[in-house]
Amino acid sequence: MPVLVNASTKVICQGITGAFGAVHTRGCLHYGTKLVGGVTPGKGGTSDDNGLPIFDTVKQAADATGATATMIFVPPAFAGDAILEAADAGLRLICCITEGVPVHDMVRVRAALDAMNLAARGADVHPTQNLFTLIGPNCPGIITPGPHTGKGTGGGTGPKDPFTNAGCKIGIMPGYIHTHISDPACTTGKAVGIVSRSGTLTYEAVWQCSQLGIAQSTCIGIGGDPVRGLSHLDCLRLFENDPDTHGILMIGEIGGSDEEDAARYVRDHVTKPVAGFIAGQTAPPGKRMGHAGAIISGGEGTASAKIAAMEAAGITVSKSPADMGKAMARALGLELAAV
Amino acid sequence: MPVAERPVPVAERRMPVAGGPVRPSGPPLSYADRVLVHPRTETPAMKIHEYQARDILSQAGVPVPAAVTIDSFEQAAGAFKDVTRDLAPNGAGQKLAVVKAQVHAGGRGKAGFVKLVKTPEEASEAARFMLSNRMVSVQTGPQGLEVTRLLVAAGVDIEKEYYLAITTDRKTRRHVLIASSEGGVEIEKVAEENPQAIVREPLHPLLGLQPFQARKVAFELGFTGKQVNQAVKIMLALARVFLEKDCTIAEINPLIVTPASDDHPDGQVLAIDAKFNFDDNALFRHKDLQGMFDPTEENPSELRAQRMGLSYIALDGNIGCLVNGAGLAMATMDTIALEGGTPANFLDVGGSASEEAVTEAFRIILDDKAVKGVLVNIFGGIMDCAVIAQGIVNAASEIGFTVPLVVRLEGTNVQAGRKILENASAKLPTLQAAKDLGDAARKVAAAVA
Repeated sequence: MPVLVNASTKVICQGITGAFGAVHTRGCLHYGTKLVGGVTPGKGGTSDDNGLPIFDTVKQAADATGATATMIFVPPAFAGDAILEAADAGLRLICCITEGVPVHDMVRVRAALDAMNLAARGADVHPTQNLFTLIGPNCPGIITPGPHTGKGTGGGTGPKDPFTNAGCKIGIMPGYIHTHISDPACTTGKAVGIVSRSGTLTYEAVWQCSQLGIAQSTCIGIGGDPVRGLSHLDCLRLFENDPDTHGILMIGEIGGSDEEDAARYVRDHVTKPVAGFIAGQTAPPGKRMGHAGAIISGGEGTASAKIAAMEAAGITVSKSPADMGKAMARALGLELAAV
Repeated sequence: MPVAERPVPVAERRMPVAGGPVRPSGPPLSYADRVLVHPRTETPAMKIHEYQARDILSQAGVPVPAAVTIDSFEQAAGAFKDVTRDLAPNGAGQKLAVVKAQVHAGGRGKAGFVKLVKTPEEASEAARFMLSNRMVSVQTGPQGLEVTRLLVAAGVDIEKEYYLAITTDRKTRRHVLIASSEGGVEIEKVAEENPQAIVREPLHPLLGLQPFQARKVAFELGFTGKQVNQAVKIMLALARVFLEKDCTIAEINPLIVTPASDDHPDGQVLAIDAKFNFDDNALFRHKDLQGMFDPTEENPSELRAQRMGLSYIALDGNIGCLVNGAGLAMATMDTIALEGGTPANFLDVGGSASEEAVTEAFRIILDDKAVKGVLVNIFGGIMDCAVIAQGIVNAASEIGFTVPLVVRLEGTNVQAGRKILENASAKLPTLQAAKDLGDAARKVAAAVA
């Protein structure tokens, strides 16, 4: 069982008629995701270009389609509301792609979700038992690759020939770069879980692994915002408990201490090989590097501190982003000459 | 107690008195920024001027000393008289004011752009100096900054200084009130040497700061008598402003208590200097704050990029970078450095950039005369490789690439993107295609070496 999503996960899109919502709904469909409908208030009863039903509310969409997951593409001002609407409708996995959500909105939303989870599970249940899981915002989403059918681009630019019949992509990542463990391209027989704060850097990591014959069990982009849903640590815990994940590649960046917390967790609890990379080794202090959360300040959140914490935890850290895949291979004990 | 019999006022033992402390030089990081929030929150944050921050505080009901803003030195003497009119003389029988340049950059005091004055003439003198010289501090660079506006504030006597701030702690995902009874100039040092002097109180994410919390903090800080309710009122007001205006930081430093007087036997609690930063992502719902944006305080290239929805930061090197995604952009800089090159900028075109935005990005990169080579690294997700390719071709037609251009494309619609570049190869004589990130960095570093 891969992590959080699989081939049978039914997904809706909130903001399906917006420019990005429409493009990536198509992209996910073409990948092979069971996208079963969308929500745009006021357009209920119509359908989109792919023939998917559109609903006015998430509740209607969830009731009619049986969806358990959502990807959110609504504009930033409405994203917090959209997340809460999804939780209210009982959707278990909420993936918010939207960039630029106000931090104060996320503080409130995250507190509300935490309260709902606490109420649902009681205080002493393991946090992986959460009723609602939020990914993002400001993230590429989550993908559990499936075996390639030999058709389709996985990107949504060509005709609808599903790239896979047994995978699930919720988000904006290019599907074709991912490799399933059963694909011939997976020459190592290993599948790794990948977690990252960055979108495109995740693709880079996935691509390098695929090129080296390392498949991916599930890849999660947790997003670049300071207040968000899943953390690195949450994802490591999921991967550690997933029998189909043979190793973990963790990609962090400057700012905050998520990576340090995750490194401590690796040291104390993770039995699988872990490799990592930290972006921003050359970022000047005090400058915000694009992501809201990516800033070094007052000596906090530097790449070197994160790398030191990761190395101390036994994580194989790649110095260069061009070698993330190789670091993963080393951590897995693979003979690099053979790949 | 008559003024003359008071003990030597704090003001005479410790400069500066009021209108805001002269901060030590160094980065403009506040106390909360540097020491207390661990780790801290940072979001793209709009800054405002001190006089604007004072106005916000004052509107929220926080007492501040009298002050006026002026934009010519002729106004300074009148301003001095206005702000000191109702001021009680200090222990030395003087009425003081502070003249302060209104710029975002720190290091004002050391540069001579914060001045304590005793007479209208001194105020006038100080104002003339500040308005006719460029301010050069560690943060402005050697070319300095033009100062067009000054704040003239009453110099009140200080009995004791405190620190007060609210910011978001990303670790606990809560806003947190941070307070210290050792506010003022040496505040960072105090925090390092005496961390127990710091009080932290988290705000409830849905209820905000409650009066009982503010009382708790006030008593912990050592406020007594009538000071307590004054301090509580100020903390609640600060929390209200922080939440209402989507602040990333709301700081009063110093918060002061004035010496006891006949009118205020327990002294008066006043906010002397304030700093607010606002979440850029929330500005859409704050029309009043949008009006406070001062473009003259921003780097022109960074502003230009911002208008096109690009995230650009100028750096010192000679390799211009155009990348999609902040993480990949940072990683690309890292790779360039590992190959012995130096990046001239950080540039994230984001996911939704149009051809026009991409073309503008190249204009900004190529406008930097230090740029000796350009590296384009795109891994398309949202971003369509064809849009980037067309932007490259447009830039080639319009500006022309005379410097080496290394392009690495991968991801969404990559075939179409490569095709566009192949078809335009005549316009792109300096183009080299790279097969992966490492290859791209090696090629561009070699090309500029």
